[in-house]
Amino acid sequence: MSSAYIRPRSLAEALDAKAQHPDWMVLAGGTDLMVNATHRPEPAGILDLWRLPELRGVTMTDVLTIGAGTTWLEVEHHAAVLERFGPLAAAAREIGALQIQARGTLGGNVGTSSPVGDSLPVLLAFDAELELASAARGRRRIPYREFCTGYRKTQLAADELIVAAHLRPPATRTRTTWRKVGTRRAQSISKVMGAAFIELDGDVVTRARVALGAVADRPIRIAAVEQAVTGLALGAKAAEAARAALRSAIKPIDDVRSTATYRRDVAENLVARFFS
Amino acid sequence: MKITLTINGERREVDASPWKRLLDLVREDLRLTGTKEGCGEGECGACSVMLDGEVVNSCLVAAGQCDGRTVTTVEGLAHGDVLHAVQRELVACGGAQCGICTPGIAVCAAHVVDRGLIRGKNDHEARETVRALLAGNICRCTGYQLIVDAVVNAARETR
Repeated sequence: MSSAYIRPRSLAEALDAKAQHPDWMVLAGGTDLMVNATHRPEPAGILDLWRLPELRGVTMTDVLTIGAGTTWLEVEHHAAVLERFGPLAAAAREIGALQIQARGTLGGNVGTSSPVGDSLPVLLAFDAELELASAARGRRRIPYREFCTGYRKTQLAADELIVAAHLRPPATRTRTTWRKVGTRRAQSISKVMGAAFIELDGDVVTRARVALGAVADRPIRIAAVEQAVTGLALGAKAAEAARAALRSAIKPIDDVRSTATYRRDVAENLVARFFS
Repeated sequence: MKITLTINGERREVDASPWKRLLDLVREDLRLTGTKEGCGEGECGACSVMLDGEVVNSCLVAAGQCDGRTVTTVEGLAHGDVLHAVQRELVACGGAQCGICTPGIAVCAAHVVDRGLIRGKNDHEARETVRALLAGNICRCTGYQLIVDAVVNAARETR
C-alpha cells in the first residue's frame, strides 16, 4: 500500500490534517527523513509542508522571526541575519552543502532536535522562543531550552506543528560566536559544535549563554560555564574558568564520528576560545 | 498518486507512490538514467537535479512533493547538440573519470554558473568559491582540480 499524501494550502488546513492524522510523517525538505528512504518503511501518510506560504520566510521587527519552513539557504542570505545574527548565518552555511541548504529547514532541525542539529546551539545561545500551533488550542510559545527534553524527544504534541522561531537581537556590547568542528567543512556531521552569546560591560562578562551540541543526549546550555565566567574580564582567566567549569558539565559519547575523549578536549577548547 | 511535473521542459504525468524518491521517479518512470545514485543519503551529490530552480539531492525528495513542480536533470542542460558551457569545459579539461559523480557535478555547476554565483577578485578566489559551492558533490577519482578548472572556465565564458 502506498502512502497517503496531503499538501495543505494553508496553515489551518495543515493543522486540521495534523489533528486527524497525528501518526503521519510531517515532511518539508526531506534532508533527514528521506535519508535511506528505500530502506525505511513507507509511512502511513505524508503531510507535505514544503513551501507552505505561512511557514516561510524571515522577518525582522524588534525580534527576528524565522518561519519553520524557511530553508537554510534563505536564512544565510537574509540581510538581518547576516548583520545581527552572525552565528545563525554561520551555522546555516555549515549545514551540509548547497543541496542540503536548499531543502533543509529550521522546522526540520528543531522538530528532530538531534544532538547534532547544527542550528540548535545557536537557538539556545540566543534563548530563542518557538511558536507552535494546533487546531484545538491555537498558538503557544515555548523557549527552545524547554522544548527538547531528551534524545530526539520534544514537547511537540501529537496534533501540533512548529510555526516559527523568534530570536531577540543582541545589544551593542555583545559578543556572539559559533564554531563547528567536523572532519570536513561541508557535508560532515559535527563532532562538536557550539555557540555563545556574551553580554559585556567593557571587557567584563555581565551575562553569558553558552550552548554545545554533540556532547550530550540533546543540545544543551552549559550553566556551569555561564556562571563561572560572569564577572570576569575576557581573556586568559575567563577562558581557563570556562574550561574548568565545562569538565564536569558534559557527557560526550564514543561513536562512529568521534570519541568521548576527543569531544571533551574540543569542547573545552571551544568554550575557552569563546571567552579568550 | 498521479504526479504531473515539468521535466527538462516537457510536461509528464506518472503514477507513483508519493514516498518514491525523485531519483527513482526520474530513472525508472521517466527513463532518464543520466542521473546516478551514489550514496542514497544526501552526502555525495551524485543524484543532484534542479527542482524549481534550486539544486537538490534527488534521493532526498519524495515524488509526491514534485507534483506541479519543475525538474531539470543532466539531460536538460544541453540545447539540442549544443552542450552547456559547463559540460563543454568538463570535456575540454578532462574533468571526469568514472562518470558516476559527473551528472551531479554538471547540474550543480551549471546552476551556480547560470546564477552568476562564482565571483572573486582573482582566479584564486574564484576557485575557492567553486570549491565551496560544489562541496556537496563528492568525486573519488579526479581530485577536483580539473573539475574546478572546468567550472571556472565556464563561469568566465558565461560572464
